[in-house]
Amino acid sequence: EVDLEERLHELDLRNDSDIPDVPPPTDSTPEILKRALSGLSARWKNWWIRGILSLAMISGFFLIIYLGSFMLMLLVLSIQVKCYHEIITIGYRVYHSYDLPWFRSLSWYFLLCVNYFFYGETVADYFATFVQRREQLQFLIRYHRFISFALYLTGFCMFVLSLVKKHYRLQFYMFAWTHVTLLITVTQSHLVIQNLFEGMIWFLVPISSVICNDITAYIFGFFFGRTPLIKLSPKKTWEGFIGGFFSTVVFGFIFSYFLAQHQYFVCPVEYNSETNRFVTECEPSELFQMKKYSVPPLLQTVLGWETVNMYPFQMHSFALSTFASLIGPFGGFFASGFKRAFKIKDFADTIPGHGGIMDRFDCQYLMATFVHVYITSFIRGPNPSKLLKQLLILQPEQQLSVYKTLKSHLVEKGILQPSLRG
Amino acid sequence: LQESESETRLDGETASDSESKSEFGGSSPVPTSDDTPEVLNRALSNLSSRWKNWWVRGILTLAMITFFFIIIYLGPMVLMTIVMCVQIKCFHEIITIGYNVYHSYELPWFRTLSWYFLLCVNYFFYGETVTDYFFTLVQREEPLRILSKYHRFISFALYLTGFCMFVLSLVKKHYRLQFYMFGWTHVTLLIVVTQSHLIIHNLFEGMIWFIVPISCVICNDIMAYMFGFFFGRTPLIKLSPKKTWEGFIGGFFSTVLFGLLLSYVMSGYRCFTCPVEFNNDTNSFTVDCEPSELFQLQEYNIPVVLQSVVGWKTVRMYPFQIHSIALSTFASLIGPFGGFFASGFKRAFKIKDFANTIPGHGGIMDRFDCQYLMATFVNVYIASFIRGPNPSKLIQQFLTLRPDQQLHIFNTLKAHLVDRGILGSLEDA
Repeated sequence: EVDLEERLHELDLRNDSDIPDVPPPTDSTPEILKRALSGLSARWKNWWIRGILSLAMISGFFLIIYLGSFMLMLLVLSIQVKCYHEIITIGYRVYHSYDLPWFRSLSWYFLLCVNYFFYGETVADYFATFVQRREQLQFLIRYHRFISFALYLTGFCMFVLSLVKKHYRLQFYMFAWTHVTLLITVTQSHLVIQNLFEGMIWFLVPISSVICNDITAYIFGFFFGRTPLIKLSPKKTWEGFIGGFFSTVVFGFIFSYFLAQHQYFVCPVEYNSETNRFVTECEPSELFQMKKYSVPPLLQTVLGWETVNMYPFQMHSFALSTFASLIGPFGGFFASGFKRAFKIKDFADTIPGHGGIMDRFDCQYLMATFVHVYITSFIRGPNPSKLLKQLLILQPEQQLSVYKTLKSHLVEKGILQPSLRG
Repeated sequence: LQESESETRLDGETASDSESKSEFGGSSPVPTSDDTPEVLNRALSNLSSRWKNWWVRGILTLAMITFFFIIIYLGPMVLMTIVMCVQIKCFHEIITIGYNVYHSYELPWFRTLSWYFLLCVNYFFYGETVTDYFFTLVQREEPLRILSKYHRFISFALYLTGFCMFVLSLVKKHYRLQFYMFGWTHVTLLIVVTQSHLIIHNLFEGMIWFIVPISCVICNDIMAYMFGFFFGRTPLIKLSPKKTWEGFIGGFFSTVLFGLLLSYVMSGYRCFTCPVEFNNDTNSFTVDCEPSELFQLQEYNIPVVLQSVVGWKTVRMYPFQIHSIALSTFASLIGPFGGFFASGFKRAFKIKDFANTIPGHGGIMDRFDCQYLMATFVNVYIASFIRGPNPSKLIQQFLTLRPDQQLHIFNTLKAHLVDRGILGSLEDA
């Protein structure tokens, strides 16, 4: 009877007694800032720290954009690894499972496997010409899925072999925690990189819209906030929400207008095998060519113009900003709920005044997926380099028959002259 | 000593003495009663409890195998439906365990949300695969064409709706439970739904790719058990004390042999080896084709070592049988890890079986735990070693590109063909 009671109590996770108290937040503000702001009251000091760090992050962001696509990719990868680390660390704390045998190695191993799989799937497409020249890489690419699966299976078998009698439940919890975290952080970061390869504008505009929405919703809420929005985040208000929405749409319009003019932002990122660098040079697609739009009669009276010159991309930016303002916040609420559920104030203490990296990026994840789905559904057709890669794997007879079909099609459409040999 | 006793009981043979296992108090929604049909109970009433259990397991095993054959006979459409039903039942079983573990059966909205997410993910997967196979049918019907063109967007929107509903349903006292159930649901979806769709992919490749792997896993289960029963001495792993090395190795060799024989028999029939195709005119599935070279007998030289043993110099085999060795090996060596994983899971959450659906065997998940790794392996194997990309699909994708992209690809392909000598540089056709 006592044994049953004990087991019931052990499994009864309804009482929160097994969640440890939040450790007192360590103040990771650099000394220099502390001395400069030592005269101000605590509240203003916090404001200044947040402000300065925000500016620092935005400047850092611009710097990396200037440095190019490759640096951006590295940045995205570092952020992904840090977010993963933050969430896994929370899991360790929740389950007191830091000392589980093997588990730390296994978590990092799974992160490596999944990254290997995704990088192989996407990167190989873009580096097709580079890969074609090297035999070993060709082998890795051809059997990529099999190799990735074998790596994952090794990790899975190691997990099963590492199950220890007293810790079964904890080990399964950490296994599931790891997988859900991988699902969230790694897949989204790879979608971000795919968006980046489509053109830096597809990376910059969504991220900036989310940041703009965060800031303007906060400002509108600060000045005009009255009606609470959701019980989960008591500081959010309807006024902030709506004000943020309109400001973000306007910001998106204006920002897209500026970015759409430069080839650097608009062209798909391509890898040039001769110079071994990333190039962004192309004929801008029709999305980025000015067009005349007639203003609907309703707005004509307001604006006083009959037609307006816009880039078609600005229409898309309208969709992106709307998503960033209306659905993006749900990512924030989800993260708030998560923090309350596990009684943590911030994901980590990486950024003074702001918390961890995850705290800054919680709204971005839904956005990245949305942009990717949006691009594949409405903008981009199939990926030409991927198509080419698949064509080159076919059997010679199949290649020949495909070649003939394509040739007749191109001649029919007049894209290829039948008499030309080239 | 008491530990090992309770362990053997957890892993144990008896299905009916589990009334003491209601760990979660009287309000557990999962009854642990003996649901053997009356008819069997009466027939076996005079045997001892241990033999009775043996007979129940044996009869149910035969019943399941017979059922399996009947479904194969009925064709691909019925098979797909069965896979779908098994998937839903497995999902339901695992989610119910989650409810029990977290006492969260009454969480607001949660049951609805779990089923909704299951629907979304299934919609996404079926849309991705079905449109490939039913391409011409889809192109003809206007509403289907739109659904297919914007499929990812629609699926994502449906998922997002569920996500937002979850966020809106968060209730102050139950945050942690709700997040746990959310995580539990997603991991279950990952395991159950993706694997079942991989099985359907394998099925479309040819029924032999569906039947041989599943049979190998079943054969390995049965053979390992028998070898363990008769010769078992050395325990294999602490997690499952009844498994032995003798059973493991004996099961491995028997399964490889079984795989070779079964493949030999099946490779002779077109209905098993041909890819399943949807015939637009008759609006039904057909399995009719010219068998690929995998399924044509070839002469193989026997390595000198085996020649003295077997007495032949060459042997006629189907190339597929070589692949079946790989499949059987995986089923015997790695498949059991799926079983150990499920055992660990059951011990972790202190349950004896996933459910009580099948008398003597437990739930559907108990029968299918080894199959999941197998389905993924077969799919990856086919994609890596057997099937190349589909040429007609490539042509379709090509036709949607822009003219300058088309020209670029055409020229690259031409250069490649000329390079390999497949196309003479002076030839124009």
